Amino acid sequence: MIPVHAAVSQATLVNDSLVAIYSAMFIYALAFIFFTYDLAKRMSEARQLAAAPIAEAVSVKRAGQLQATTAVLERPSGPPPPGFEVAASRPKRSLSARLGMIFTVMAWLLHVGGTVFRGLAAGRVPWANMFEFTLTATAIIIGVFLIIQFWQDLQFLGAYVTGFVLVFLGVATTNFYVDVIPLPPALQSYWLVVHVFVASLGTGFYGLGAGLSVVQLVQARREARGLGAVRAVPTAEKLEALAYRLIVVGFVFWTFTLIAGSIWAEHAWGRYWGWDTKEVWTFIVWVIFAGYIHARATRGWRGSRSATLAIIGFSAVLFNFTIVNLYFHGLHSYSGL
Amino acid sequence: MASDKPSSKALNTDPKRPSDHFDAPVTEVTNPRLGLVGYLRFFWRQLTSMRTALFLLLLVAFAAVPGSLVPQQTSDPNGVIQYKADNPGWSKVLDFLGVFNTYSSVWFSAIYILLFISLIGCIIPRTMHHIAALRTPPPKTPARLDRLPGYLRTEDATVDDEDVADGVGAARDLLRGSGYRVRVFDGQSASAERGYLRETGNLLFHIALVGILVAVGFGGGFIWTGQKVIPVGQSFANTLSDYDSISPGRWFSPDSLEPYRLTVTKFVPVYERKNLNAYGEAIDYTAYVRASVPGQKTTNETIKVNSPLRIGDTDVYLLSNGVAPVVTVRNPAGKVVYTQPIPFLPQDANLTSEGVIKVPDGLAKQIGMLGFFYPTECSPSTCAAAPVSVDPSFTNPVLTLQVYTGDLGLNSGKPVNAYSLDTDKLKLLAGFGSKTPGLTLRPGQTVKLPDGLGTIELDKVIRYVGLDIHHDPTQFWVLSFAVLVFLGLVTGLFIPRRRVWIKAVRRGGKVHYEYAGLARGEDPRLDDAVAEIARKHSQLLGLNMKP
Ligand code: HEM
Repeated sequence: MIPVHAAVSQATLVNDSLVAIYSAMFIYALAFIFFTYDLAKRMSEARQLAAAPIAEAVSVKRAGQLQATTAVLERPSGPPPPGFEVAASRPKRSLSARLGMIFTVMAWLLHVGGTVFRGLAAGRVPWANMFEFTLTATAIIIGVFLIIQFWQDLQFLGAYVTGFVLVFLGVATTNFYVDVIPLPPALQSYWLVVHVFVASLGTGFYGLGAGLSVVQLVQARREARGLGAVRAVPTAEKLEALAYRLIVVGFVFWTFTLIAGSIWAEHAWGRYWGWDTKEVWTFIVWVIFAGYIHARATRGWRGSRSATLAIIGFSAVLFNFTIVNLYFHGLHSYSGL
Repeated sequence: MASDKPSSKALNTDPKRPSDHFDAPVTEVTNPRLGLVGYLRFFWRQLTSMRTALFLLLLVAFAAVPGSLVPQQTSDPNGVIQYKADNPGWSKVLDFLGVFNTYSSVWFSAIYILLFISLIGCIIPRTMHHIAALRTPPPKTPARLDRLPGYLRTEDATVDDEDVADGVGAARDLLRGSGYRVRVFDGQSASAERGYLRETGNLLFHIALVGILVAVGFGGGFIWTGQKVIPVGQSFANTLSDYDSISPGRWFSPDSLEPYRLTVTKFVPVYERKNLNAYGEAIDYTAYVRASVPGQKTTNETIKVNSPLRIGDTDVYLLSNGVAPVVTVRNPAGKVVYTQPIPFLPQDANLTSEGVIKVPDGLAKQIGMLGFFYPTECSPSTCAAAPVSVDPSFTNPVLTLQVYTGDLGLNSGKPVNAYSLDTDKLKLLAGFGSKTPGLTLRPGQTVKLPDGLGTIELDKVIRYVGLDIHHDPTQFWVLSFAVLVFLGLVTGLFIPRRRVWIKAVRRGGKVHYEYAGLARGEDPRLDDAVAEIARKHSQLLGLNMKP
């Protein structure tokens, strides 16, 4: 016998979850449009500024948004003359960037709501198959992006972040979608909660770090060619420092994921390491980012080279999540597809 | 520890780094001295440079890729066989290169061994340097602080020498209280350093990596793994002869097996019945066993997926399960010639299972039977003509058999796979492709064998569990080193290492205090930290900061 009321409420929750996710996607799309418009405007301003004398490129006093502690961003590289840091401040956000932020927050709340509903419908954590994992990991990326705003203005990454999340939510809802089904015995473990959640945290930090590295490469090229720096986008050097800080946090989470995964593998499959395809790729990602950390400490490898490594590393994360899950077979066949 | 006298020892307290490290001083490129020693030293320096470490790391990542594209002998032996059958030419090349055994291949091993030699060559001098640095007081206060990061100063004040001494004393106490190691110079300035733990963590991280490698490399020879299929109601004794298969490590000795015994009393699978999207899917397996260890009381235990049984230096995992029809074969006179449960291999989620029954003795001819078992056979009115199982529970169980005769090869002394029947050399007596139809049996039924050979009865169908039994003494060590890796990583990355100076500066009869810091490695909060110390110190002395 199927308890009718339980089945009905589960179906309602699943439905509510999807409605929330679709609405979130719609609003992310709006945010993406505003962020992109803002970026385009700043790029063309930068072009004009580069053509005109630089007299005007002094920062404008901020009108009371968020924190003022990010002043460091604006100053030129190298140690500033004493007392200079306090005077500099970040430029005012454009209307479009502000709208982009507001829509991102709204979309994120729906996104988190939809993910929580999905978990409630399933009666467990919402990260047990590719569809759910995508919901959670993308919510974490946006969450980290928003939290960092309190300390560092990252609006120039808005288009990257919302665009990325939009694409992944789109693929998840159309290609990865699976009904709520119970966990197979191998996944019934508290390690599912820990291991997979920390993996998504790591993915979130790596993703933002890679985004910063992309902007860093663009900025470095403009700087090298003597083009005007894009307004309100930090210098390549600052971007690199910021990317490093995020990636290092991602690396700690990834290391934990690797260790927790091995412990779980020992419980479920009887060995802690077996060079299963998924294990191999998690290892490859770990080693690439260890390489990135070393590159940052190696003379001649700072700057664009290490940024490229960060991007390669995050590409490996995405490869591990998509191609390896879908087309390689191994013990980790948890895609649910 | 801290003294007012400048130390004669000029040891730099900075962590030691390979010469191509970002922070290392740029030294002039010198050609190696001629001669063997010179070349060796040059070679060693190359091997232990940051550049080489980076190169080898990226090479490891790269070299690990092929093994994920091609099935591996260790994790997927059947995949390897399949792959070789599908790509006969190409797989010869791969086989030659050892790609089916990537992670134990010569080239992969060579890369990581070089990496670890480089690592050890890097760790040793750094550790020695760090131990010395731990015992070295902070370096002299720089002559000018105003070009250094975080620089701040108080307003000028008219104070006497005694006040200055007190002010510097207060600076020393404040810095010590904040975890700095402090040294006072000439009573005029305090030089402080903190975060030695950063280098300690970094070293711990790298050393623990070596630990993992050694534990795996050295302990690997002690690992052995065995498999055993046990029908419910039967027992297993932990002796070499009772295993179905065993892969012993290099240093395995059968005498080391602890003689315990496991009896499987019950196996309970649970299938989803509420959620229609997953109706009939397995959601839980529990094996109930009675465990007896000599000299101890017999205990009742359970083994589940994700929850192995730890017994007698081994871990027992529930890795598979299936059905085992119990059949009894009688000769025409009615004498039992064969009776036992035969484990079948599951073919799908509805537990359609395939197996082989071999009866070598007691009948007029040797017979072999190829069987299919359907726990819930779909009735032919709703399903296609070929039988299928639609649910893993035993709702409508049916066993079908094809019967062959001929030499089963069981007397040749060569090992024979119990789960397969080589039908090439056998003659089909009954079943698809012969005039006589195959046999169909439900529990409790008896049918005649073809050619008047006798009868076969399906007594019942029971379940069996497939256990993997492992002995792995490396687990403890690998996990311990992994924890150290993690702790070392976190301390090495997040503990800031910095120097801070507080200095009394006299100018024209007046005195002001200056504050500045210096980061040793990544330290985004340096300016805040200096500002915080300046604020506390100036407040303590009742001085205003100069805006
Ligand atoms: C098994 C291979 C290696 C791995 C996985 C690895 C990984 C790492 C990681 C994750 C860090 C940052 C951790 C921390 O600061 O605590 C690091 C830092 C460092 N590693 Fe390695 N490493 C390896 C081999 C080497 C080798 C061979 C060398 C010597 C050439 C080396 C020298 C360093 C140095 C000097 C740092 C500090 C970097 C800095 O100043 O920021 N590592 N390594």
